[in-house]
Amino acid sequence: MSKQINVALLGNPNTGKTSVFNQLTGLNQKTGNYPGITVEKKEGICKLPRGLKAHILDLPGTYSLNASSLDENLVIELLLNKNDKDYPDVAVVVSDAENLKRNLLLFTQVKDLGIPTILAINMADRMEKRGISLDVDLLEKQLHTKIALVSARKKTGLGKLKELIINYGQLSLKPCLNASSIDPEYFDGLQKKFPEESLYKLWLVITQDVNFGKLDRKKAENEAGFTPKEKSELKRLQQKETIHRYQFINNLLKEAMQVDVDAATDLRSRLDRVLTHRLWGYVVFFAIMLLIFQAIYNWSAYPMDLIDGFFAFLSEWTESLLPAGVFTSLLAEGIIPGIGGVVIFIPQIAFLFLFISLLEESGYMSRVVFLMDRVMRRFGLSGKSVVPLVSGTACAIPAIMATRNIEDWKERLITILVIPFTTCSARLPVYLIIIALVIPERKVFGIFGLQALTLMGLYVLGFAMSIFSAWVLSKILTIKNKSFFVIEMPDYKLPMLKTVGINIVEKTKSFVIGAGKIILAISVILWVLASYGPGDFNNAESIVTKNYIENTPPSEFSEEDLNTQIASFKLENSYIGIAGKAIEPIVQPLGYDWKIGIALISSFAAREVFVGTLATIYSVGSESEATIQERMAAEKNPVFGGPLYNFASGISLLLFYAFAMQCMSTLAIVKYETNSWKWPALQLIAMSAIAYIAALVAFQLLK
Amino acid sequence: MKLSQLKLGQRGLIKDFPIEKIPLKLLEMGCLPGNDVQLLHIAPFRDPMYLNVNGSHLAVRKETAEEIEIEAFP
Repeated sequence: MSKQINVALLGNPNTGKTSVFNQLTGLNQKTGNYPGITVEKKEGICKLPRGLKAHILDLPGTYSLNASSLDENLVIELLLNKNDKDYPDVAVVVSDAENLKRNLLLFTQVKDLGIPTILAINMADRMEKRGISLDVDLLEKQLHTKIALVSARKKTGLGKLKELIINYGQLSLKPCLNASSIDPEYFDGLQKKFPEESLYKLWLVITQDVNFGKLDRKKAENEAGFTPKEKSELKRLQQKETIHRYQFINNLLKEAMQVDVDAATDLRSRLDRVLTHRLWGYVVFFAIMLLIFQAIYNWSAYPMDLIDGFFAFLSEWTESLLPAGVFTSLLAEGIIPGIGGVVIFIPQIAFLFLFISLLEESGYMSRVVFLMDRVMRRFGLSGKSVVPLVSGTACAIPAIMATRNIEDWKERLITILVIPFTTCSARLPVYLIIIALVIPERKVFGIFGLQALTLMGLYVLGFAMSIFSAWVLSKILTIKNKSFFVIEMPDYKLPMLKTVGINIVEKTKSFVIGAGKIILAISVILWVLASYGPGDFNNAESIVTKNYIENTPPSEFSEEDLNTQIASFKLENSYIGIAGKAIEPIVQPLGYDWKIGIALISSFAAREVFVGTLATIYSVGSESEATIQERMAAEKNPVFGGPLYNFASGISLLLFYAFAMQCMSTLAIVKYETNSWKWPALQLIAMSAIAYIAALVAFQLLK
Repeated sequence: MKLSQLKLGQRGLIKDFPIEKIPLKLLEMGCLPGNDVQLLHIAPFRDPMYLNVNGSHLAVRKETAEEIEIEAFP
């Protein structure tokens, strides 16, 4: 077996690094997490000519090797640890042609670590349009490297890049800069103590406030007999290094890069004039949001109806095909509706990720940050909170992870705490089914469906609640903040189909598998609890039959009626029925019956379980082929009469789900990101209380 | 004059700033003494400010821009 070449892909954000990764690996990739931390790890296999293979690691985007976030720490730790199994044989720094200057900063840093480094200049196809011409020979000579001009979009230059990867052994290891010239005395001394380490490596160990494997910073300083440097002094050193590198880069590019301004067609400034405009910018933003909700509601309705119908049919068909028995009913009443409850999410989740990744890929998301920063700051948030809050409409977990680029801890903590109020995709099925039951299917103003508007209203409510609680938190929390804020405004580009597609598939898959496991397990447990019970449960047939004969005149006997009564008696006396009855007094003032009570309990693990739970409860013992929605519409309120799901109880349920903290995975990630149980506990208690009160008030006013 | 006082579209040269008040990321994106800067767009209340610094397009808050001393080109 031939040895794989370990390749690390590095680069600034927005250089199309992930597109290059996708082109190199195709679908031959997997996404996981680095052990112990929640940074996403993307790796894949690339087939090279002559039967060779490369293992490619797509490292998080970073502007430099100065560790200021978890993602960047990870990059540095990997590049400094020769014993790591992912330590690269060769590094590929992906740059884009237009921001070459800034990208070269990272390139020279990686190069100076003594790792063979290739420079891949992406988006080379756009150079002509921008009036950019490069002297590649001069660049290669001055940077002591090999350069591949690639275009992930046009699929050009990838062969050259692969060829360079194979021949990585021929790359020069000569550093671009002499880092020691910044503080010669200090570093010459250090080098003498550690002659086997590269000078820039020592520099990094000294200037970064982190430890790297066997090279401990304190130890390095103590052994070398140097006094540890102060934090402000370290930052000064980093600044000096940056200035030093930029001098080199600016001088080099003066010769090697020519920009013909007249030839440049300036799409950026024309689009920015509208999209960052103080009026039109906001109009466009809200129009896009409206479009997204309208589209998600209308487009995903069709596949969802099909999926719903298909699983109802599948249940029925299984029951008719297999011999009656415990296994058949577990399959038809527990597992199949349980899986159906997961699969039905796929259309909306896919659509949500489609829109989010289109907004990110096109570069528009940064404009939203720019427009919203000032507004968000009034509420204790940052413009950068917008992206996590919008991502929160897909799932709170990646959204909370996306808060990492918020530099200010107070702004970041508040963002984390309020994200679970945004309407995540797990709430969507609950909303959809309740809206379909209690909101009439009418059009208002001729074009907007009333149901779609209600859904949009719930999204707005989620955002409003997160903003309001952020404001409250910003008044309560006493954390000193230094509000640092820098955001890159990338150039606009047409999103690449492949990148967006892979993103949708990966995100949907991990959501469905992750959530699916919980939902399936809970469905099976619920089925067991609903199918067995103590005491009267086991004598259901004789008790109900006896009552039925006593209370019904013989002329009205019907077997169907009797069976329905037996089934509902059994459910009431099963374990789950007993549990539901026990909490009924608590949920009755909100307009719910004990069956909804059960769904609420199971939803505390994950809210998407709601529909699946009701599907399981209503299908146990039922023989009709009705869909879950038809069954819910037929339910009657035991206390007030009339349909159980009417306007008042429907609104009450919607509000309860809008505000309640019902997701164990979110609590776990909040614990991880804040490193304390205090914050998830606060979320759980406060949000549950708000949800209960809101639902109570709504039902009592509307009933 | 301060970076925050630039007019829309106006260019200038970065002169000096107190290092502890400027995030390192801004330096890495090219905001360093001697480099050129241009104000491209502003959000309402001139905050944040959308700049072209040494060829990098980025946005910073007004309070950061107020710390940066520049020499404006007419």
